[in-house]
Amino acid sequence: MSILTTISTWIIPCIILLVLLVATWKKLPTYEIFVEGGKEGVKMAVSLLPFLLGMMVSIAILRGSGALEAFIDLISPVLSVLGIPSDIVPLAIIRPISGTAALGMTTELISTFGPDSFIGRLASTMQGSTDTTLYILTVYFGAVGIRRMGDALKVGLIADFIGIIASIVIVTIVFG
Amino acid sequence: MVNLIWAGMAIIGIVYAMINGTMDEVNEALFEGADEAVTLSIGLISVLVFWLGLMRVAEKAGLLSMLSNLFRPIVTRLFPEIPKDHPAMGYILSNFTANLFGLGNAATPMGIKAMEQMKQLSGSDKASRSMITFLVINTSSLTLIPTTVIAIRMQYDSIAPTEIVGTTILATGFTSLAAILVDRLFYYRRVRKQKK
Repeated sequence: MSILTTISTWIIPCIILLVLLVATWKKLPTYEIFVEGGKEGVKMAVSLLPFLLGMMVSIAILRGSGALEAFIDLISPVLSVLGIPSDIVPLAIIRPISGTAALGMTTELISTFGPDSFIGRLASTMQGSTDTTLYILTVYFGAVGIRRMGDALKVGLIADFIGIIASIVIVTIVFG
Repeated sequence: MVNLIWAGMAIIGIVYAMINGTMDEVNEALFEGADEAVTLSIGLISVLVFWLGLMRVAEKAGLLSMLSNLFRPIVTRLFPEIPKDHPAMGYILSNFTANLFGLGNAATPMGIKAMEQMKQLSGSDKASRSMITFLVINTSSLTLIPTTVIAIRMQYDSIAPTEIVGTTILATGFTSLAAILVDRLFYYRRVRKQKK
């Protein structure tokens, strides 16, 4: 653990060090290049705002109305038949849709069942092993102005589903 | 498809609220959601400016092309449409590397740069094959060390907070592999459709 934490605290400063050392050695105007590249970041964040806002409001309406919960209650029994523990179903469904909601649910599951319980381990693995598909697609496509996403959403969601199944199978095998 | 999903979520939510009398909650959620999005976008400025600035320096110093040279054999297979020496490769690799080390906030700016480069290559507002492959790999989350989860587990007094690192890496690897395979499948389906 201590090695892991050391690596994660050292890595960013070391990357910065490496970049600046090489650039200075090559006699580049580092500060000017940095500022020039950074300017793009401001533009990017502003152009992202409407995409994020639209998506997040829509998700908030769905969640706030209670429709999402009702939907989860509805399909939980079906998934339980397939061997997916019903406690984990809400997290599995919310994971590709909302990152903050998923993180909240993971925390809740860990606090209710304990971090070292089967559900706690499963929630931890699930939280770490897939990402918020809807958010990623919104941000990346939004930032560069791609309007037609093609198969990206379909493929992303199918992969998420496979990932959820994989998490359950792997955690079951490893921790029994 | 995204239009349908977007409108669909809101429509279903509002109609459900009409039937179940949760209109108050909807009103509240609506503005909370908007608020959260603004906070998030503004919060993104700091990481975007910092990492895009630093990456520009790295690019000019030739570090990005070094990185792409190193992993070229794997990545050219994944992205056959991108020319070998194209800057997109460097950004894609930096994005993957940042993800692997759990530097989510560094990964996003590099990913966006990669998308920009890929858009220049395709020159249209439709998602290109490389973009879909790139994003699908991103959504499957390439993590080696799930730092946030470990932190939460520590907060709740886990006896072994890091014991899920192994299962997470396994699950991530499996998901990424599945994502790449499904992506290929859909690509060949598109090609077949076009031929007809």
